[in-house]
Amino acid sequence: MFHYTFHWNQALKALPQMLDGALVTLQIALLSMAIGLAVAIALTLFRLSGSRILGALATAWIEVARNTPALFQIYMAHFGLGNFGIHLSPFTSLLVGIAFNNAGYLAENFRGALKAIPDTQARAGRSLGMTSLQAFRLIVMPQMLRVAFLPVTNQMVWAILMTSLGVTVGMNTDLAGITQELNARSFRTFEFFAIAAVIYYVIAKAVTLAARAFASRMFRY
Amino acid sequence: MFNTALSWSDLVFLAHGAGMTLAVTAVSVAAGTVLGVLFGVIRFQLGPYWAAPLTFVLDVFRSVPLLIQLVLGNALQSIMKLGWPPFTTSCVVLSLYTAAYCTEIVRGGIDSVPTTTRRAARSLGMSWFQDMRYIVAPLAIRVSLPSWIGLTLGVMKDSALVLWLGLIELLRASQILVTRLQEPLFILLICGAIYFIISLPIARLGGYLEKRWSPND
Repeated sequence: MFHYTFHWNQALKALPQMLDGALVTLQIALLSMAIGLAVAIALTLFRLSGSRILGALATAWIEVARNTPALFQIYMAHFGLGNFGIHLSPFTSLLVGIAFNNAGYLAENFRGALKAIPDTQARAGRSLGMTSLQAFRLIVMPQMLRVAFLPVTNQMVWAILMTSLGVTVGMNTDLAGITQELNARSFRTFEFFAIAAVIYYVIAKAVTLAARAFASRMFRY
Repeated sequence: MFNTALSWSDLVFLAHGAGMTLAVTAVSVAAGTVLGVLFGVIRFQLGPYWAAPLTFVLDVFRSVPLLIQLVLGNALQSIMKLGWPPFTTSCVVLSLYTAAYCTEIVRGGIDSVPTTTRRAARSLGMSWFQDMRYIVAPLAIRVSLPSWIGLTLGVMKDSALVLWLGLIELLRASQILVTRLQEPLFILLICGAIYFIISLPIARLGGYLEKRWSPND
């Protein structure tokens, strides 16, 4: 009915190559999440610090990260930084772009989570003789990470999906990049991208299920 | 940075790109919301077991990168010889993507209406449709409007990806200018500012509604 012969064999033969790409995808997503978490905690601290400048910096970061497209942020890292003579490889600019995006969204999640923690706890910590940094690190932060755990795993799934944007800046080692390259060689667009879609779906589901299992084990009261 | 080669007609070009972004967003959000409300009601009425196939399909749209979805949609329409222009393909794919998220929001909204309230409506003699229209809809909209605004903003930002199909929207327009003028930072900053100007007021409105409408907060 379509006058089109699907060539699944050709696409399936490339599966090992694509799975290698999936590993790179996971690697970028994990790295960007690690950087994003660290920066997001720093931004949360900036907001709590009471300093005008640090607070404004954190707010600016969060607003820009959440109100512009992720692709724009990757372009900014890849093309925009060129003005300062900084030329990043596709891998690095993809990582920087996604980590920037992650940090903004995660910091916003943390802000929501902080509302669930009564500030009397931090004050109690202070009156026990802790410094404010200690009170944050030992009392507030563990609870904040626990409350924000599910939003954080959501962001991890987002990070995996966002890595596919690397192909627009010439990334050719992650799943989307390899798929695009195979596609450019054979023009079997539908077959290759359908398999890529299945792989992305499996990864995203695996991450969600693993996180859920982890949460039900760790956060039992 | 300030002796730029950017001319007035280039800014008009960017504005056209922004118009394209807004057009794609408006069509997709409108169609996606209609579909989302439909699917959300169906999912709620059928219950978790009978709606499982629908849930699965919608979940696929949320777990596969939009870029891949766009490429697949475009390949599919050319395989089926539909001859759609990129604008149509983009809008169809983005609408389904929006619908997948909107379904969750609608279902959550309907879920938040207490069963007792609905039973009271039914025992006052209202039909199912009247119950939906006069009892569930007002309460559910209140709960789901903030997340719907968030979804609209998300779709507006995600619509940047339609550049892959060759549609000249805001980001693609600025990329073309970057290629011609070789001033990446300046032009991308303008592009980012336009995105910011479009989305910040809507985001603020969403935050305001969330604060205003959340009970006892």
